[in-house]
Amino acid sequence: MTEPIVAMKNITKEFSGVTVLKDVNFHIYEGKIMALIGENGAGKSTLMKILTGVYTRTSGEVLLSGKPVNFQSISDSQEQGIAIIHQELNLVGDLSIGENIFLGREPVSAAGNINWKRLYREAEQWLEKLGLHENPRTLVRDISVGKQQLVEIAKALSLDAKVIIMDEPTGALTVSETEKLFEVIRDLRAQGRSIVYISHRLNEIFEICDDVTVLRDGRFIGEKPVTELDEDAIIEMMVGRKLEDQYPRVHCEMGDTALEVKGLTNRFVQGASFRVRRGEIVGIAGLMGAGRTELARTIYGIYKADQGEILVEGAPVKIHCPTDALKQGIAYVSEDRKANGIILGMSVRENISLASLKRFCGKMGNLHHRQEEETAREYIKGMSIKTSGSRQLLKYLSGGNQQKVSLAKNLNVEPRVLILDEPTRGVDVGAKKEIYELINQFKQKGMSILMISSEIPEILGMSDRVLVMHEGKIAGELSMEEASQESIMSLAVGKGVEK
Amino acid sequence: MTTPSINKKSLLEFIKKNKPLVVLLILVVVMSIMNDRFLTPGNLLTILRQSSVNAVIATGMTFAILIGGIDLSVGSVMAICGAIAATMINSGIDVWLTVLAVLVLGLGIGAANGILISKGRLQPFIATLGTMTLIRGITLVYTQGKPISTTGAEPEITKAFAFIGKGYILGIPVPIYIMIFVFVAAYYVLMHTRTGRYVYSLGSNEEATIYSGIKVDRIKVFVYGASGTLAALAGIIMTARLGSAQATTGEGYELDAIAAVVLGGTSMAGGVGTIFGTAVGALIIGILSSALNLLRVPSYYQNVAKGVVILIAVLLDRQQKASR
Repeated sequence: MTEPIVAMKNITKEFSGVTVLKDVNFHIYEGKIMALIGENGAGKSTLMKILTGVYTRTSGEVLLSGKPVNFQSISDSQEQGIAIIHQELNLVGDLSIGENIFLGREPVSAAGNINWKRLYREAEQWLEKLGLHENPRTLVRDISVGKQQLVEIAKALSLDAKVIIMDEPTGALTVSETEKLFEVIRDLRAQGRSIVYISHRLNEIFEICDDVTVLRDGRFIGEKPVTELDEDAIIEMMVGRKLEDQYPRVHCEMGDTALEVKGLTNRFVQGASFRVRRGEIVGIAGLMGAGRTELARTIYGIYKADQGEILVEGAPVKIHCPTDALKQGIAYVSEDRKANGIILGMSVRENISLASLKRFCGKMGNLHHRQEEETAREYIKGMSIKTSGSRQLLKYLSGGNQQKVSLAKNLNVEPRVLILDEPTRGVDVGAKKEIYELINQFKQKGMSILMISSEIPEILGMSDRVLVMHEGKIAGELSMEEASQESIMSLAVGKGVEK
Repeated sequence: MTTPSINKKSLLEFIKKNKPLVVLLILVVVMSIMNDRFLTPGNLLTILRQSSVNAVIATGMTFAILIGGIDLSVGSVMAICGAIAATMINSGIDVWLTVLAVLVLGLGIGAANGILISKGRLQPFIATLGTMTLIRGITLVYTQGKPISTTGAEPEITKAFAFIGKGYILGIPVPIYIMIFVFVAAYYVLMHTRTGRYVYSLGSNEEATIYSGIKVDRIKVFVYGASGTLAALAGIIMTARLGSAQATTGEGYELDAIAAVVLGGTSMAGGVGTIFGTAVGALIIGILSSALNLLRVPSYYQNVAKGVVILIAVLLDRQQKASR
């Protein structure tokens, strides 16, 4: 193999005595796309933070074109041609595309004021190279996330980055935006630039990457050309064991209708009607922006309903806020964990009890700490939440374990209806199956489950019935006999299916 | 033997976790060396008594800052409550009734702040800046800029009222008891009640708190109500001690209270902080003022010194948090 442009050798990193990376080797080759994969908490971001100078390594060596380097900050690594594009984009929404590209490096005239003409001319050239047809004077918050991603890439290119690190770049992109991004990435490779591609989506790895490096529990597992691997082999490397049967379907007796929605309408959804029975999982499929999350949040009382009715166990209920929804036994596990599902700065225990704190209180509102602790421990054990204890802050848990806490929080209100919005988003393969098993347990206990998911295999593997949404409407309902990748997609894009 | 090294390590950990306390201890040690009158029971009690007003306000401020807000109106609330208390005492109204009425007034003003912030969707800074100016104005109109003495009433009532600010129980000034009571009550609310838990969760992540079915507007009204009530209590202590109410009472006190909260390690972003920290912060400020007097630092220079100490203490704390 050719000499790598970046070589990280025997990298070890400790945080106050805890080893998070141990003897990790990582190479980036010129004009190649290297995939960096591993479960959440495997150490991918830490490794990239060491490469870009955000963290200092405890031991090990970083070589750039064969020479040892010691980056102290992100600007150090940028100067040497390494750019990173974070999962949560680092753009300023209220500045224009052009201003964002040149933020901190605005071209100035002799007098020292910003040369706007040159800034926007150059910005336009970069956008053109990426095939992004937007006026560089447009504010960043007015363009889609997919386009924002391209703006970040334009910024990296304008820095003349030889190495571009992309952390989960397709997480929020639509199918066509993803394709566009892949084209851009292939172009960059053709120009001789090197890419590090971090993703949970294995199909993407096979589509565009040349080589794969796998980390597990902070250790280096292996580096191989993509051509020598298949999906199962990668999963095995990631989780250290074989994964059989991703979707453990269970069958159970269905009961009466627990939740019924009749003609629910507001600015996001139009005339949504459906029912969910006890012990049933109803999947909601659809493309981004089809109104699935909005439908769920309207039922949960976040958004106001202009028309329509919600019935719980046959009786019409009024829901104006989440407090009302919870009182009716409707719980909602958010798709955006960090924004509104859990509280990162609070402990596992405090998160689990948050929505049901009344139950741990005396008449005067005084907390029963012991009871709270016991409940937290039960969930930690029952759901195998990996944490150093019930007092550990949630920000130190991996995505999968945070998701389990989010589930635990909503379970502890003992809901009749559980709405799961992308229950496995940002969760690694190993934890995914655990979460599916938990969902099946809820089903067996007679809970009614509404499961929104963008992953069609997940919908097919878990649901008893599928609703497909398109542009705010329920475009169709499919039984499990009718449901397939094709029939769901066809409804999702608004074509309809012939039954 | 490994024990000494472990002790050393845990001591270091303790210092890292309790920076404000360490700053306080250093201040005490330095002062006791520089002036042998400093470490006398009399002087220490004086410092505690002088800190009590700021400590009581700072406790309310801790709640406001914990939910990611701020309460600038506390100084003005002190002034109006002091003035009303003085008027009531002068009209011969019972001391307990006066105290109760004035606390309710403070609660009302605070709750109004909370409603402006929650229902009116105003920034806490702006809302309380508005009420701060408004209430200061009302106080000036009400008092016509003149002090209201509390000595005009029946001697018995005057005396009973003065006891709140000047009295002693078992040789310890009454304001110190009030301060300790406030600390303990606030600690209990924050650590051992549902409302306290919601205060932290609201400050950490408002959206997630709403999604958990908690009515955050109520929490905000409670928090600003508590801050107003405690400001009223501080106004009572102050008026009782001085024997008169001034329209300018409490000007700038909001800043000392904020300084105490921040010195105590509470994050201005909300969600992180303790009452113990605030108590330490209030003591640091109290000791500093007393120390500068004992060392005969001219009053113009005192603010310079105070500002420097506050900045150093906060910087130390920041460094610690950023070093991860």
